[in-house]
Amino acid sequence: MKKEVMLKIEGIKKSFGGILALDGVSLELNEGEIVSIIGPNGAGKTTVFNILTGVYTLDEGSIIFKGEEIQNKAPIHIVKAGISRTFQNIRLFNDLRVIENVLIGAHLNTKYGFFSAIFRNGKFKEEEDREALRAIELLKAIGLDHRRDEYASNLPYGEQRKLEIARCLATGAKLILLDEPAAGMNPKESAELMEFIKKIRTMGYTVLMIEHDMSVVMNISDKIYVIDHGKPIANGLPEEIAVNEDVIKAYLGGVANA
Amino acid sequence: MNKDAKEGNLMYKFQKITYTYRIYLLLITLILFVILPFVFSNQYFLTIIIKIGVYVCLAMGLNILTGYTGLVSLGHAGFVAIGAYASSILVVRHGFNFFAASLVGMIVAGVIGMILGLPSLRVSGTYLSIITLGFGEIIKMTAMNFTALTNGTLGIKNIPKPGIFGFTLNVTNYGLYYMMLITVILISLFCYLLVKSKTGRALQAIKTDELAATMMGININYYKIIAFVVSAMICAFGGSLYSVLIGYIDPNTFNFDVSTLILSIVILGGMGTLRGMFVGAIILIAFPEVSRFLMEYRFVLYGIILVLMMRFRPQGILGYKSVLPYALSKSVKERVDKLEGNVL
Repeated sequence: MKKEVMLKIEGIKKSFGGILALDGVSLELNEGEIVSIIGPNGAGKTTVFNILTGVYTLDEGSIIFKGEEIQNKAPIHIVKAGISRTFQNIRLFNDLRVIENVLIGAHLNTKYGFFSAIFRNGKFKEEEDREALRAIELLKAIGLDHRRDEYASNLPYGEQRKLEIARCLATGAKLILLDEPAAGMNPKESAELMEFIKKIRTMGYTVLMIEHDMSVVMNISDKIYVIDHGKPIANGLPEEIAVNEDVIKAYLGGVANA
Repeated sequence: MNKDAKEGNLMYKFQKITYTYRIYLLLITLILFVILPFVFSNQYFLTIIIKIGVYVCLAMGLNILTGYTGLVSLGHAGFVAIGAYASSILVVRHGFNFFAASLVGMIVAGVIGMILGLPSLRVSGTYLSIITLGFGEIIKMTAMNFTALTNGTLGIKNIPKPGIFGFTLNVTNYGLYYMMLITVILISLFCYLLVKSKTGRALQAIKTDELAATMMGININYYKIIAFVVSAMICAFGGSLYSVLIGYIDPNTFNFDVSTLILSIVILGGMGTLRGMFVGAIILIAFPEVSRFLMEYRFVLYGIILVLMMRFRPQGILGYKSVLPYALSKSVKERVDKLEGNVL
């Protein structure tokens, strides 16, 4: 089975004033893979996500997604191209219901204009109905349908994470960026999350995630990239990373006591 | 905890009943308002009712911007003034029909709303409020000093009542009252349709979290401008209506107090709800009238009401969230039932 290269980041550099946040980070991601980025706090992992999604512009390097250059494009074009993300701190639309959150995710796929909404014409009905049904199917597929009418702020933590991911899937993106999905979860919840991410993969999505929870990272990643102080220090299979001396040094400092 | 559950239960029952019988309730309310002038034909009373109607429209306009999009404006009197001045000048000096004139007023306000919306793309929160505050003052000062156009502080007098097919609409023949009623219905319907759509969801998403909204592919610049334009146009029409009701406008008709009054209605009634605008306007417009016997002290009471409100019910009187299931259209519901049937 030949896998297609979906995303290729090459030598991206980004500095904030005098601080070099990213220094030549490269990354490659094939379709259907789960790839993790790890590294100590402040290593620049989230900066990679912010550059990928167009929140920051990059200074040097290139990002190629499905054969097209997408660096320095506005976030809306990135979403249209098919990349969607979650946030390190959950950022749901708390005052809205679960299904409404998903429908907002489907914003770009709901194709009718301002006047269609005011006159409630056939197009409005057709588009609204199709997206509502699709949202419900999505919620059923990921096991959140029993919460459909609840307000997002009333969900327990784990389900809020799930909803954030559901919202991403609703955008129609095929590459999902997860920023520390297991943060603040207990071992049982992270085990569930792991199954959930695997399930997303079987649904045809590709996942790039930042994660600190090693049990999650080591168990589900096809490939791991390690960055420290904005520099790439290692990449490879989970078992290679686990014994890599540079990685151990970056995390623990000094000489590995293996 | 137990008390909450009980309250929630009561709330559920209340909402369930109002939702199930909503068509009858709306119909009854409509009939009551249609026959109202025949029961209470007192001119003073009707003038107050029309004024309430005007403020419902103004609050609906501001609510789109402040309640749904989360952009707090302290200068909406500016848009009211634009609508009132534009329509009055056209009617008094150029002999326009009222409806054509107010349409022009709405367009002018819409364009200016778009221009005022531009800074909102760069600044947010308190800073935006200060910009809108400045805008309100600029409009007032322009009205005061651009004498050639606005007749300065003397204002515009003898604004004729609107006429339709040779029939003059005034308070005595209830014409103005019914015009207000139709306007309120149309504007409420417009806001309802707007809010219950993709646009409404986008506005609410922007209110809660701009970054997350951007990442969902929402063009936040476009929607903020839309909110400003719609809000400005509704308020401009409210202004035209106000000008014919009172028959006289001057720059001080549209001072900062008007802006805060509209904002208070939105907050008191419940930001981001349509039902709240009616209750807010009724309370805040009727209150100074019914408490006239308190003379100057009535504003003390007025202030106390607002303070107590903020302390005990910050979400507004009718600012409750719906506890009923999300309303799906009939065809979707059928298909979902079928889907669930298949699962079982």
